[in-house]
Amino acid sequence: MNIELTTFFIFSFLLIVTSIKVITSSNPVLSAIYLVFSFFLSAVLWLLLGAEFLSIILILVYVGAVMVLFLFVVMMLDINIAKKNAAYIKYLPVGIGVFVIFNVLIIFFFINTFENINYNAINSINVISESNTENLGYVLFTDYIVEFEIAGLILLLGILSAIVLTYRKNPNNKYQNPTEQIDVEKKDRLKIIKGLKE
Amino acid sequence: MIPISYYLILSTIIFTLSVAGIFLNRKNILVLLMSLELMFLSVNFNLITLGNYLGDLTGQVFVFFVLTVVAAESAIGLALLIVLFRNKKTIDVDDLSELKG
Repeated sequence: MNIELTTFFIFSFLLIVTSIKVITSSNPVLSAIYLVFSFFLSAVLWLLLGAEFLSIILILVYVGAVMVLFLFVVMMLDINIAKKNAAYIKYLPVGIGVFVIFNVLIIFFFINTFENINYNAINSINVISESNTENLGYVLFTDYIVEFEIAGLILLLGILSAIVLTYRKNPNNKYQNPTEQIDVEKKDRLKIIKGLKE
Repeated sequence: MIPISYYLILSTIIFTLSVAGIFLNRKNILVLLMSLELMFLSVNFNLITLGNYLGDLTGQVFVFFVLTVVAAESAIGLALLIVLFRNKKTIDVDDLSELKG
């Protein structure tokens, strides 16, 4: 057994264990932290596949931004920790059944109908150089430049919708209303009173 | 060398675990969103592995875009969750049955 296979087995075993802990722990904070662990472990596995840039991005973007967002929300909502209640026990056989049936179906599909099942997963793809990051940047900025711009638009949309959804207008805030300021007419400001006696 | 089937089976196991997690955690939308993240992770595993198999970088580029969309999705989902908690004081899926059919 060579070093690559040993590394793969150790990290994939840990990844499966942390995934089980994500879906079974009763405290959402623990779930989020186990999810962070599983992202780290899959970053190692992606590194083994030769996708260096994506494994760094997984740690920086997912662990650094998305999971911190999750933890913020968990701590903001102050949910009471759910006990293992009757519904959990009721759905446990369904969950295990779905897990086993899907696994058997898909793995049988892979083994029976997928050719070259023993093909080596680790082969680096060279477009312009040996470096994965340079290759990815070359492909991203030439062939997929339109999609790259659309991805930027999607992120902008995410920012805007998150702000619009959670924005609360405080009625005590003093602010100017430009529409009213522009629409104002002379009779709103100036009142001429006739017939006053000195 | 690592056979390609090992990676595919690993991603299958993670995907089915997250499907089972959606069945199990009916009490908490937050854990449902985490199961969704795990599901995206397994799909990314498949994309990178099969991209390597075909000798094409398109799989990795697609993972890049999937990461972008998932970041936007989780931001919007968590914002919706906060609005929901503000209005209903609960994130239990069973308490959200407003429409009586």
